[in-house]
Amino acid sequence: MAKTIIAKKLGMTQYFKDNGEVVPVTVVEAGPCVVTQVKTTEKDGYNAVQLGFGEVKTQRLNKPIKGQFESRDIEAKRHLREFKNNDMDVSEGSEITVDIFEAGELVNVTGISKGKGFAGNIKRWNHNTGPKSHGSHFHRAPGSIGAVDARRVFKGFKLPGRMGSNKVTEKNLEIVKVDTERNVLLIKGPVPGPKKGILEIQTVEN
Amino acid sequence: MNIINEIEKEQMRDDIPVFAPGDTLRLMVKVVEGGKERLQNYTGVVVKRNGGGLNETFTVRKISKGIGVERTFPLHSNKLAKIEVVSRGDVRRSRLYYLRSRRGKASRIKEKRD
Repeated sequence: MAKTIIAKKLGMTQYFKDNGEVVPVTVVEAGPCVVTQVKTTEKDGYNAVQLGFGEVKTQRLNKPIKGQFESRDIEAKRHLREFKNNDMDVSEGSEITVDIFEAGELVNVTGISKGKGFAGNIKRWNHNTGPKSHGSHFHRAPGSIGAVDARRVFKGFKLPGRMGSNKVTEKNLEIVKVDTERNVLLIKGPVPGPKKGILEIQTVEN
Repeated sequence: MNIINEIEKEQMRDDIPVFAPGDTLRLMVKVVEGGKERLQNYTGVVVKRNGGGLNETFTVRKISKGIGVERTFPLHSNKLAKIEVVSRGDVRRSRLYYLRSRRGKASRIKEKRD
């Protein structure tokens, strides 16, 4: 049974475990979330739970979204995320907080990675660089992109372009600590995206 | 940032004495052996302090059975039962790497006079 929550990345620090081990952790502000919609196979064709997170002024919302909240009599939320294959037994309007998680649980964390702009082959595809000196005129260029015979560049060929700002899931991260007082989770290791980035956290199903 | 500062502050120790590179420290390190915990004495000269805040570490050098040993500890580690300053050294740099190429009499450090 997957447990899910929406979170905001706050940054990284380190955490001393009781046995003296030092763990690098990402601090995320998780929830409290509100269940804004429960989708069922009968009505919507599939099972899902939609969660809302973060405050927003109602005058900033457009009419369709505002209507969604008003018809269910739920306070408007800034970020909405839908979690499929979610069999959490919840009803619309109920609240989800960090206390559903336990320390030691494994989670998958999904976020939008940091944008790197227009990046070259070295950064984007981890290609090797040419020699920097000794008269080398080949430094960070992509090199040959094909043969004369083919008379075209093959599809999917690794070339410079936009990098980052992708949806990335970091899998099997350990929850080191659950802080119910501050609605904070400490997750071992880095998670995708910048600080203040919105993350979807889902427990790993065995 | 505020929450991170709070989390870091909670973990910081407040029983750390003032010490600097060149000082001789006596540390009591918690060691787990065969399921039992005991305290191990580790005495030596502070070679450097690195980083700041919760992430700060320090390196202590001692000569063990003729072999130089350097151990680096996180300053706020809960494995350090006790940090005690034995003597204060008078040194002119913050990284005492020159001790590595010296042995015996040459590796002595002048004691600080107040």
